[in-house]
Amino acid sequence: MEKRVTFNERWLPYLLVGPQIIITLVFFFWPSGQAIYQSVLIEDAFGGNSKFVYLDNFIRLFSDASYYASARLTVVFSFLVAAIGLALSLLLAVMADRIIRGATAYKAFLVWPYAVAPAVAGVLWGFLFNPSVGIVAWMLQGIGIEFNYVINGNQALLLVVIAAVWNQISYNFLFFLAGLQSIPKSLIEAAAIDGAGPGRRFWDIIFPLLSPVGFFLLVVNIIYAFFGTFGVVDALTKGGPGHATNILVYKVYNDGFRGQDLGGSSAQSVILMIVVIALTVVQFRFIERRVHY
Amino acid sequence: MTRILLSSVAAAAVLASTHGAVAQTEIQFWHAMGGNLGEAVNAQVEGFNKSQTEYKVTPVYKGSYTETLTAAIAAFRAKQAPHLVQVFEVGTANMMAAKGAVYPVYQLMADAKEPFDPKAFVGPVTGYYSTTDGKLLSMPFNSSTPVLYWNKELLQKAGLDPNKPPTTWPELGEMAKKAVAAGAKCGFTPQWQTWTMIENFGAWHNLPYATKDNGFGGIDIELKFNDAPRVKHIATLAEWSKDKTFVYGGREGKSTTLFNAGDCAFHIASSATASAIEKALGKDKFGIGMMPYWPDVIAKPQNSIIGGATLWVLQGKPAPEYKGVAKFLSYLSSGPVQAKWHQETGYVPVSLAAAEITDKDGFYKTNPGRDIAVKELTLNPPTANSKGLRIGNFVQIRDIVDSELENVWSGKKDAKTALDDAVKAGNEQLKRFEAANK
Repeated sequence: MEKRVTFNERWLPYLLVGPQIIITLVFFFWPSGQAIYQSVLIEDAFGGNSKFVYLDNFIRLFSDASYYASARLTVVFSFLVAAIGLALSLLLAVMADRIIRGATAYKAFLVWPYAVAPAVAGVLWGFLFNPSVGIVAWMLQGIGIEFNYVINGNQALLLVVIAAVWNQISYNFLFFLAGLQSIPKSLIEAAAIDGAGPGRRFWDIIFPLLSPVGFFLLVVNIIYAFFGTFGVVDALTKGGPGHATNILVYKVYNDGFRGQDLGGSSAQSVILMIVVIALTVVQFRFIERRVHY
Repeated sequence: MTRILLSSVAAAAVLASTHGAVAQTEIQFWHAMGGNLGEAVNAQVEGFNKSQTEYKVTPVYKGSYTETLTAAIAAFRAKQAPHLVQVFEVGTANMMAAKGAVYPVYQLMADAKEPFDPKAFVGPVTGYYSTTDGKLLSMPFNSSTPVLYWNKELLQKAGLDPNKPPTTWPELGEMAKKAVAAGAKCGFTPQWQTWTMIENFGAWHNLPYATKDNGFGGIDIELKFNDAPRVKHIATLAEWSKDKTFVYGGREGKSTTLFNAGDCAFHIASSATASAIEKALGKDKFGIGMMPYWPDVIAKPQNSIIGGATLWVLQGKPAPEYKGVAKFLSYLSSGPVQAKWHQETGYVPVSLAAAEITDKDGFYKTNPGRDIAVKELTLNPPTANSKGLRIGNFVQIRDIVDSELENVWSGKKDAKTALDDAVKAGNEQLKRFEAANK
């Protein structure tokens, strides 16, 4: 006799996955389809004068030096945000894991920044570093560093990276902490008895066992750096000075919404879509193999 | 993705607009004036609503200029457009090209049989928004022009006469240098650098911004602002930035923070910034004067051009409702309404009558300098170079110019290379606009 509960109705599985499929279709496939459709058109913003131009929008992008500059910038930016963000939050998580007294308060404080919206984070950091009224800029000036992110492109990029990392650190921290706490104490104790110091224990036991969490966070952080940092950039620098912080997602917004160039902007989103799909595939196929579950 | 976003914005707009009077014909008016300016708009609308019973105008604040325009486009595509929408001046060429979407004001006034005399308006204000043969396309609403502000205290500290502003750039440079030497943190900073230092600089010195009368004569145009006087001007500012005679304070209106904090001796900014400056520095602590000029470029300055926004009428509503729109526009441009708006906000009046009323009220005597904006605009009859600008994809072109100027301020490029590059990249945008609107 069959012991598992079974349903013989053919339609039931479809009904159960239906809502999910509808949501995916409406909120993912439909807009993506629209973007692909728009990317082969040139039209004025009000929707008149619509013209099919084949792949002109893409050809124009690939012959535009400023697009490559923006792409290179995005690679550097994403690397910085993901690398610094992961390294710092891992450090914080390891520290928090060791603390015995006041651990809850300490953890709560570390989670706070996540409650701040990216745009607000941008404004806050902008205030601190504002060249005329910012307290940090003023202190830096006191020790002889001229900090003016309004003019200096590298400083602007640095500030955007700091704000973006700060905003994401809590999220990374939570996952790392959970990962750390799920590592059996017995393993670490056994290593300690065998004479391994804290450093050795971290690199040989904790780090490999944390790798699934680390891998997940790497994917999430790169996608965050690609898309989620929009609010920070918009509030802090609006892509400037020059094009120093004009990352791809900001360029999409700027060309589409400020410039009303829907065709060119859609072509950029299609390319971004392809890049992120490719990145995710690469990560799962090649990096995941080295991850120990 | 855009379409979804656009239609949800439109849906929200529809929801927001469903509660209104039933008996009267309702006219939707979307604008981008927040804070004090928003209150001034509401007062105008209330005045109109009280003046008659047939129509009721509902003003809706839609956020920044860009947000307002995006919302209106979304609503238009969803066939839920407002009757009137406020669009900034750089969007003019794109609005004109949007065939079938806009209802030109001159035509609206003729169709509604509303008395309408374009000659009663201040030339450079309406000229910016008219066809080459003088037909008004959109109704000027809030227009301003750049003027020179100076900090009297800083000038006094430097041993200069606080009531004698510089008239030329070399004079301004010298005075600013003295102010910095006497302890000022910054000599001079401009607001909206693309508008003040490139576009208005051209009109003021009677130099073209683009071919075909700055774009009034067609859309197959090329940019021209990399001429020798502007290269020299930008190079001079870059030179001045070494000793803080010139300080760059950021895009758009951000640099006004520096002037309002009392850091800068001179500031070139929109005439509509006057009330904010008055609040920050105090009424007698600053002066308003005309922009300086380069005597080696032009013997006497030409005239300045405006910035700000106009009201565009959108198509797709029943004809009787447009009668109300025409009546509302007439009310807005009438002398007393304009005079009040001009005095409260610092925007220039659309009509000459409003300037006269303001003068008779004695407003300019108690608020010296508030008449400078109109004086600058009407200094000389506008030439092809100083009538205004009609540039496609102007928002992107301004971004390009902003970026290239920032490259000069940070020392990455010299003035000539930066302006040449800006023209080159800007021309690409113009070609694209031409392709989309042929």
